Amino acid sequence: MLRRASMLLACRSILAARARPFSTDLPAAPSADATFTEAWTKVIPNMDPPKTPLSFMQPRPPTPSSIPSKLTVNFVLPYASELATKEVDMVIVPATTGQMGVLPGHVATIAELKPGVLSVHEGSEMTKYFVSSGFVFIHANSFADIIAVEAVPLDRLDVNLVQKGLAEFTSKLSSATTDLEKAEAQIGIDVHSALNSALTG
Amino acid sequence: MASNAAVPFWRAAGMTYITYSNICANLVRNCLKEPYKTEALSREKVHFSISKWTDGKPEKPTIRSDSPEE
Repeated sequence: MLRRASMLLACRSILAARARPFSTDLPAAPSADATFTEAWTKVIPNMDPPKTPLSFMQPRPPTPSSIPSKLTVNFVLPYASELATKEVDMVIVPATTGQMGVLPGHVATIAELKPGVLSVHEGSEMTKYFVSSGFVFIHANSFADIIAVEAVPLDRLDVNLVQKGLAEFTSKLSSATTDLEKAEAQIGIDVHSALNSALTG
Repeated sequence: MASNAAVPFWRAAGMTYITYSNICANLVRNCLKEPYKTEALSREKVHFSISKWTDGKPEKPTIRSDSPEE
């Protein structure tokens, strides 16, 4: 039953993909509607036409024809913007499929992050953060948006708490009964082992 | 009914992504060193009051908070 549904979806998405280009290839929508502005000035010549949300937004940078030399990274957390349009050489993100290196000109990708270390390489400096989970959206124009729920520089982590947590969750896994408890214990083990390897590796 | 995609273990156990993500974030916050740990935990505290409405009138509100109140 599910196989037929996914086949139908696949057919429909292939047809749609031919008709719809990636969002970064589309021309940016015009920020002011010309017909509206003319009609406004005819009726109310003394007042400025009202601004729409689109006019406050910066237009999306187009995909350049040659690969740019730097990757522009926006690294945001729910409570702060860690890096805002920072130009870097490379970032290595902890995707669920493994450590992914992102260079300028990377193919457009959406990746889910697992708990792990994110490193930002700029010239000869490298800044590392431990990311709890999140997503990274890499656009065709060499912009990367990394969104994480919690990201801390490695020197703010306490090794003893990490090892205590790892031992605690390992024992919770062996004493867990329901599926949910087992899943929570497994999450605890994954996060703490990632923290451990980040601090010791 | 076999599913085609390999689901992550937490989804198979009935947990949603956002619950998983919040659990991971809480675990990381609990492993921080001292001044950062209290900042992070106090930043994430929530406190709200919720009341059900019946017949167009609100009933007595219940207060949900991280710090238990008497």
